[in-house]
Amino acid sequence: MPTTTKDLLRLATIGSVDDGKSTLIGRLLVDTRQLFDDQLDAVVAASEKRGVGDLDLSFVTDGLRAEREQGITIDVAYRYASTPKRKFIIADCPGHVQYTRNMATGASTADLALVVLDVKHGLKEQTRRHLCIAALLGVHSVIVCVNKMDGVNWSQSAFQSVVDEIETLSRELNFEEVKIIPVSALYGDNVVDASTNSPWYVGPTVLAALETSNAGTWTKTRHGARLPIQWVLRQEGGGRTYAGMVNGDSFFVGDTVTLLPANVETTIKAISFGGVGRIEANVGLSIDLDLADETDAGRGDLLAATPLPAVTKDIIATICWFGEKPLEIGQRLRLKHTTKVTPVRVTDVTGVVDIETLRIDESSSLATNEIGLANLQTADWLVVDDYRVNRVTGSFVLIDEVTNATVAAGMVGRASFF
Amino acid sequence: MTPTPLRPPQTADYLDLLESHAIFILREVAAECERPVLLFSGGKDSAVLLNLAMKAFTPQQLPFPVLHIDTGQNFPEVLEYRDALTTKLGVKLLVAKVQDTIDQGKVVDPGPMGSRNRLQTVTLLNAINENGFDAAFGGARRDEDKARAKERILSFRDGFGQWDPRQQRPELWQLYQGKVNPGEHLRAFPLSDWTELDIWQYIERERMELPSIYFAHERDVVLRDSMWLAVGPFVQPREGETVERRVVRFRTVGDANCTGAVDSPASTLAQIVAEVATANVSERGATRADDRFSETAMEDRKREGYF
Repeated sequence: MPTTTKDLLRLATIGSVDDGKSTLIGRLLVDTRQLFDDQLDAVVAASEKRGVGDLDLSFVTDGLRAEREQGITIDVAYRYASTPKRKFIIADCPGHVQYTRNMATGASTADLALVVLDVKHGLKEQTRRHLCIAALLGVHSVIVCVNKMDGVNWSQSAFQSVVDEIETLSRELNFEEVKIIPVSALYGDNVVDASTNSPWYVGPTVLAALETSNAGTWTKTRHGARLPIQWVLRQEGGGRTYAGMVNGDSFFVGDTVTLLPANVETTIKAISFGGVGRIEANVGLSIDLDLADETDAGRGDLLAATPLPAVTKDIIATICWFGEKPLEIGQRLRLKHTTKVTPVRVTDVTGVVDIETLRIDESSSLATNEIGLANLQTADWLVVDDYRVNRVTGSFVLIDEVTNATVAAGMVGRASFF
Repeated sequence: MTPTPLRPPQTADYLDLLESHAIFILREVAAECERPVLLFSGGKDSAVLLNLAMKAFTPQQLPFPVLHIDTGQNFPEVLEYRDALTTKLGVKLLVAKVQDTIDQGKVVDPGPMGSRNRLQTVTLLNAINENGFDAAFGGARRDEDKARAKERILSFRDGFGQWDPRQQRPELWQLYQGKVNPGEHLRAFPLSDWTELDIWQYIERERMELPSIYFAHERDVVLRDSMWLAVGPFVQPREGETVERRVVRFRTVGDANCTGAVDSPASTLAQIVAEVATANVSERGATRADDRFSETAMEDRKREGYF
């Protein structure tokens, strides 16, 4: 009988266009037998129809008509895989610079980045950009697949020169776990099965590296339990409980918690999950809390254990700007942070990141797909953590007031590698 | 002296996490949108969705109604199930009929044996318009189809109900933002990250009731397009087809004339979980004629505003 207790790893593929991300994911899914027979048949039929050989593995995830016509990935495809050791949610992200917003969508919830690059080209600017965004988004574990090794006759020195490049960048970006694997996604070498073409390589295959990675769950930080209140449930008999999804760390019955921004201390009287009482409210669970004292807590407020987050209307933030028009000083937008939406004004833009050098250049605006630093002033109080200690309470999006489009990903604070 | 609280750790398995994520989405949309609605077909996915919605707001009433797009080509067992379940849960059920759309002259009747699959998009968009819904929850899953694998959890629809896969809103972290302008709406898919196996394991764990046609039973069927179609008011044997009585069950529930049955002895939830865990053919591949028209059948229908 299949078990439901395996742990769950969320990963995003990143890298430049044409380096083989979708092909690698296709290979991984096919060789671990995640595809049903009819799905595989459909990929074969589509490959033949478009004259791209017997089996174009990228068609496993490139499912849109335009993607198959152009042979590129436009938007994230989500795929699901399960091995006896782990369950995986895979976000196969696009490589083109104009689809950076979609790559950030896929990487924002990733525990691990699966980087694919072409051994002949090494670290292209777009791969550097993606690695930089992944590091900014708080992804600490990376598995780098040095792909198309068959195209360089499995030359160990070609592999090694790319390894040196990657290791230098990884140190600058402070990744905690880095594995670099020589592969051929097209032929399957070192993806699921170890290759006989690389006797000089003694590390794990891509699948083994995924199954044994130490990457932690992205919403878990051990820097204080947090509950952004989503909904107040009126209980029979007149009481109120506070519903939301736990992040950061667990709450336990009896814990002292602080309601913010009101700054009122109280105690957790009971925890309920799906109508059943429990002692621990784990990270990732949608629970409701019964508090010992009466409060006027509502949606947008936050319950926190120590260390407490900051209450502020002024944020210094790192911004990935996706808007078509540039982000300018004085601009008014809407900001969504946890369960709160508030008007916001850009009080300053203080710099833009140079992807090559990872240094901040002076700039007073941000163009599409640029990453920079800005100061924001909100109308309502926000309860925030620095993004580096909490990816939920440290993140926000900026929304265009007219079109309601999401125009930026924002992270409270600035990355250590700037 | 205060005693040290006893802290025996409890764990959460991945069904708990999938359930929690879905409940989170249901609450975000209910909080941010003015008039949401939950699309309910009587199939297993929408049954799970409704179960999750009840959990998300209990003990309060469901803060939105449930809408069934009735093609008029249903399995009778599914309609019975729909009525019994919504009555038991005390939720408000709205029914929009494809027949009414046909009678109003908005679409052409394909005849009693013809498929109404594509017509229901018009009925759905009319119902959304007339009721002023700004968000519609659906039970679609990303593992069902390659176009669905590309869709956001909160998926924007323009004033014509269209999905534009090239212009999807970025959807970062779990910051689901549901604001739309008048005339536009959202589709919200809380079960996006669930697989078919997850659905069945959840149904088993929650001991949920389902329409009887999901379980093995004897039925008269004909073989058409390598699928077993149930003989009844919407499917009659054509020349050269022979009616057989077989032990079958349905893996998905759609219209009676485009949903195939599979040979199966699985008559309990545990047996179905075991069967799904070892299946070689996907559920839509095994059972749905509506996806076989072309390579991008689902994408094309979704662009028009389909579920």
